[in-house]
Parts: sequence; structure tokens; C-alpha cells
Amino acid sequence: MAEFEPVLTARWGNPDAASIDGYLETGGYQGLRKALDMEPDAVIEEVKASGLRGRGGAGFPTGTKWSFIPQNTGKPVYVTVNADESEPGTFNNRELLERDPHQLLEGAIICAYAVRCHTLFVYCRGEFVWPGTVLERAVAEAYDRGYLGEDIQGSGFDLDVMVHRGAGAYICGEETALLESLEGYRGQPRLRPPFPAVEGLYKSPTVINNVETLSCVPHVMDRGASWFASIGTEKSTGPGIFSISGKVERPGNYEAPMGTPARELIEMAGGIRGGKRLKAWTPGGSSTPYLTPEHLDTPMDFDSVQAAGSLLGTKAMIVLDETDCVVDATLRFTQFYAHESCGKCTPCREGTWWMERVLRRMEAGHGRTEDIDLMHDVGQNMLFKSFCALADGAVSPIDSSIKYFRDEYEEHVRLGRCPLKDEGRPRLEAASPRSGGTTGETAQELPEGRELSLGEVLA
Amino acid sequence: MTEAGHLRVPQWQTGQLAPVAAAREDVEGPVLTGDARRLAERTIAKYPVRRSALVPLLYLVQSEVGWVPRQGMREVAEILGLTTAEVEAVATFYTMLKLHPCGKYVVSICTNPSCALLGGRALYERAKEILGEQCEHITPDGMFTLEEEECLAACDKAPVLAVNYLFYDRVSQELLERMIEGIRAGHVPEAARGGVPGELKDVSRTLAGMGSQTPPQPDTVPAGEGEGGGAPGG
Ligand SMILES: Cc1cc2nc3c(=O)[nH]c(=O)nc-3n(C[C@H](O)[C@H](O)[C@H](O)COP(=O)(O)O)c2cc1C
Ligand code: SF4
Ligand code: FES
Repeated sequence: MAEFEPVLTARWGNPDAASIDGYLETGGYQGLRKALDMEPDAVIEEVKASGLRGRGGAGFPTGTKWSFIPQNTGKPVYVTVNADESEPGTFNNRELLERDPHQLLEGAIICAYAVRCHTLFVYCRGEFVWPGTVLERAVAEAYDRGYLGEDIQGSGFDLDVMVHRGAGAYICGEETALLESLEGYRGQPRLRPPFPAVEGLYKSPTVINNVETLSCVPHVMDRGASWFASIGTEKSTGPGIFSISGKVERPGNYEAPMGTPARELIEMAGGIRGGKRLKAWTPGGSSTPYLTPEHLDTPMDFDSVQAAGSLLGTKAMIVLDETDCVVDATLRFTQFYAHESCGKCTPCREGTWWMERVLRRMEAGHGRTEDIDLMHDVGQNMLFKSFCALADGAVSPIDSSIKYFRDEYEEHVRLGRCPLKDEGRPRLEAASPRSGGTTGETAQELPEGRELSLGEVLA
Repeated sequence: MTEAGHLRVPQWQTGQLAPVAAAREDVEGPVLTGDARRLAERTIAKYPVRRSALVPLLYLVQSEVGWVPRQGMREVAEILGLTTAEVEAVATFYTMLKLHPCGKYVVSICTNPSCALLGGRALYERAKEILGEQCEHITPDGMFTLEEEECLAACDKAPVLAVNYLFYDRVSQELLERMIEGIRAGHVPEAARGGVPGELKDVSRTLAGMGSQTPPQPDTVPAGEGEGGGAPGG
């Protein structure tokens, strides 16, 4: 850990790095240069050899995904960057867009070159008005300097990039819903197969990758697959950005090798707020089952987290301390899923709706002991019985909270109220101090957003 | 279902969906004229298939009117060769397309757990108190629409508040009160990132893709390809 040098966040302390000059001065577009000198298939091989796995949640090997793209079908090939980041607790894509947009762009261009795509879309979450604008500026700069457009850097390779803004729907992060949305339909998932690699955007072969995944790619090309694979664990290679929020002293994005134990990551974030005890945490956002203090030594890689009974997901750790009510947090997550279910399949649409009602009754103190099993039953009728993974994600907080915190549900029933609601508690806790940033020896203080002061607001 | 803006209520509190306004408001057309019409054509030309421009065009309507009335949907349908029902089906799916008159400033407050743990809900309640009963629709002065927001992907800066989707970090109740007072008096404070938020119309223009200076050439999709690509289960 001590010798880890940040890779993906290395430029975050440098506000100039968002511009193309700042990016070029700090080694930018070197990976692309190397890639353009290689055969496209050799680029795919290099990415395969790096062991890079998708950071969007599923952990699918990136090089393998690219190699599925059939060539010479008579149809164009598309690449779509998934910048729809909306999984509760997840916030590294936003910061990657704001602080280092060219890194993403370079990775995306390399991907397009490897799969022989000439039109690339970035599907940018609608609420990301500013991150999307930063990216649009980067795109314009890249055109200006010959990193996009015709004959990129004299290589004969042409690529156009277009930023498409979403309009507020979590489900559009699911890859097939994203394609539907980009085609101008309601963002509802498609049945697979056919997979997007064969029939994606406009029924053409399509690669969809996450922002962090593609941000890794320039480094794989520049420093080589074996260097990348030397970081992290055997099956989860490279660095990763862990989003840590909730009851820690310094919430923020922390870069560390894949497989870093959860305990170390929470320590990087300053430990639990106010010296309290940890109660529960999610390893990968709201869709991944809660874990407990017992699991703190779990290495944060795909396989170890799965072995611990959860999922690595988007590496987003939401931390609850001993004063937080798990039933209440679960209720709020469930409301999220009930609101964001696209409504296409019955188990998900109805299941999330009913779960929300039962949980609200429970939290309000009108729950019955049978409700606990009822919720578990409803969950079993949703799990793996729906069109997409949203439904499975919705079951995660419920099932895992029953598994680890059944007594807390029972306590709600017994007392007829939430045991942790304390009227004396301040309604708004003091704001947390500044956020984290990069880690390791070269840990840096990041320039923060503008902090608004009371005085200046008053007209 | 992903509800349109007018259905948004503080669900964590009541769980009740507000009744849909019985008679939908509308405006007299046309709404896309002159410049806007040309921008619409330019937007469509950026995409390999015309229909992809549907949401951007609805944003364009929103940038003209301040929300998306049925008249706008009819015009977009006509431009894209779709039925109004097809356009409406899409418009009602997305929360950022506003189907009722909205305040100049949409105030969104995140109440997802990472923000809730640090006071997001209390902040929302306070905003409701200050802005009054109708604020989830539009305040009587036409200035604000309050929305409860799902995770805004800025959980490290909890609790997060956004004004027309530019974010303010770690907002206290006191700051919220001053911000609202300030905006009412014509002084919109600068966001944490991205400068001073414009009115919803201005932001909608950016979202329609007008900030982008890079119209790529229409692609070479073989004629007819992809037009039917939206059939679920395709
Ligand atoms: C409900 C749902 C929401 C998702 N949201 C996102 C998202 O916001 N961003 C993302 O990159 N992947 C998201 N995914 C995963 C994508 O479907 C897809 O696996 C991913 O973008 C692939 O990129 P990767 O291989 O680089 O990880 C979501 C999946 C589901 C089921
Ligand atoms: S599981 Fe839920 S979100 Fe996914 S397709 Fe079905 S209804 Fe839609
Ligand atoms: S929970 Fe509020 S921004 Fe993520």
C-alpha cells in the first residue's frame, strides 16, 4: 500500500489538467499514440492481457468484451460511454469527468480504434450539467488538436464523438435501457440475447463501457498490460477508485489497488465519524448486500467480496454507524428502487411498491413480526425473475438487512416505534470536512468546489 | 415507474403519489419557430437516426417555454414523423422533462441515504416549509419548484442541493434559507462547480446539446437500419 502511486486520480490535484494543454503536459495522449501504431487487434490483446474488468458493476473483462465485436457485418460499429452514474453511493465517474475529462476521452478513442468504430456516443447523466459541459469542452479541444475528427494524428483513423444528455432515469444506466434511450425511446431494458456486441445501437455491434473502465485504458496502453496487472489482485487487476460516504470523517473518492481491505479504505476516509462504532456498510452501492464490521478485512476485489456474501458493484461504500437505523436506510433504498423501476416487469414494479409500503409501516412502528418473512418472500419472487438486475439490486438491502439485523426489525415491532429515533438529536449534523482524494505516498489535497459562505448569499 | 416531475412528492414521508392534475395545462402554439426550428434540424442532423433527437428536441421545447406542454410534443412529433402519443410516452418517462409549468429555478435536494444520514431529509422539509404548500409544483411567485432528488452522485458532499442541476456542497439549513432569500432578491449564488446557474430555460438549452460545438457528420447507417431498433426484445 505504501508504495502505491495514484494512477487514475494522479491529475486530480492539478486544475489545469482538465484542459488539453495541461493534459498533454502531464503525459496525456501517449497511450493513444502507442495504440495508433499498433494493429487494432493487438490493442484488444493488450487490454485483455491487462486483466482490466469493467467498473460499471458487473466486472466483465473489458478486452474480451471488445473482442466480441464482429467486423465486416456491413453495419457500423458503435462505442457508447456509460456516464449515467446514478447508483446511490457512487460518485467517482462524476469526479473523473470534472477533473480529468481527456483521460476518459483518450480511453474512449483507443477503444473505438480497437473495435473500428467511427461514431462514439457519451451518454451523460442529465443531472451532470456541469460534468457534461467539462466533457463537451474537452471534446471540442480534442477536435481542435486533431485527436478527434478525420485522420487522427496522421493515422488515417477517423472518429466523431457526440455527448448525449440523459433526462433523469436511473434505469438508463443499464446498458440496453441506455441504448433504447439513446434511440429516442423510453429507457426500458431489452431482452438479451441478442447482446449489444451483436445488435446494440441501431441494431449494430456496440461496445458499452463505464467511465472509470475507459479511464484505465490509456494507462494500460502507455505503461503496458503487465504493469497494470501487477497492481491489485490476480483476478481484479489495476487501481480502482472507491467512493466512500456516509458516517466517515472524510467522505470522498479514494484510489487504491483493487483488493485493498475495506478496513484500510475506511481508515483512509478518516475512520468512523465522531469515533462511533461501525454498524453496516455496502461494498458497492445500494444494490449490493450490506456487510457488517465482521467483514472489514474483506479484500475489495470482485471474488473476495462475493465470497463474503455481497458484490463489489461500483466500489461504493455507504457507511452506517451505531446510531443509524438500518430499517430506515433500507426503506430509503427501497423507495429509490420503487421510484426507478421502469415498470416493464411485474415482479419488479409491484414488488418494489409493496416492499416500500411494508417497510414504511415497519419504520413507523406499525409492523408485525410476520412482515419480516413477508418481505423475504416478496424478495424471493423478484430475485432472478425480472428482466434486468434492478430488481435483484432492490432485493439486496432488504434480504441482507434481515439476515444481519433481524433483531432490529423485531425491536421495531416490539416497541412500536423506531428504537433509534431520538428527538433530541440535531436535525442536521455538522457538514463533513473536505473530501478525500487520492491515496498512497503522494496523497494530495484536492482543490474543492466553491464553498458558499453565509454572508455572500444575502442580497 | 419513473414519474414525470408533477408526480414527485416526498415519498419517504408519505409514500403517496400526488394526483395527476385533472386538466392538463397547455400553451397556444407554435413553440418552435424561427431559430428554434433551425436548431431542431441541426440537432437531428447530428444523429445517425432522426428519432435519437427526441429527448434533445423536448429539451429544446423546454428551453423555449420553460416546461414541455402538449403543444411542444405535437410539434416534435410532427418534426420527427411520430405520433403525439409516441412522444408523450417518452416525455412522461423522464423526470427532467417537466410536464407542468415550473419555477425559474428547480431546487433539488437529495434524500438518498448518504445525504439522509447527514440531514438531507431535514433540509428537504425545511425547504418545503420556507417555499410553501405549492412548491413541489410551482411557487406563487413563479420562482421555484422543489424536487426531492435521488442520489446526485456527489455523496461525499452531503447533504447536496442543486439549483437547476448545478450543485451546492454540504448545505446547512441556514445556508438554504439565505440562498432562497438571495435568489428571490435576484442574487443567485455561484454553485460549487460550474458557475452561477441560469434559469431552467437556459439549462435546458445546454441539455438539448446546444453547448456542444462539435456536430459530427451523420453516420453511414444503411438506409432503414435501426429505425425499428427500439422494439423491446428486438
Ligand atoms: C439498473 C442498472 C443500472 C446501471 N447503471 C450503470 C451506470 O450508471 N453506469 C455504468 O457504467 N453502468 C451501469 N450499469 C451496468 C451496465 O449495465 C453495464 O454493465 C456497464 O456499463 C458496462 O460497462 P463496464 O463493462 O465498463 O463495466 C447498470 C446496471 C443496471 C442493472
Ligand atoms: S427489473 Fe425492473 S427496472 Fe428492470 S426491466 Fe424489469 S421493471 Fe424495469
Ligand atoms: S446520496 Fe445524496 S448525492 Fe448521493
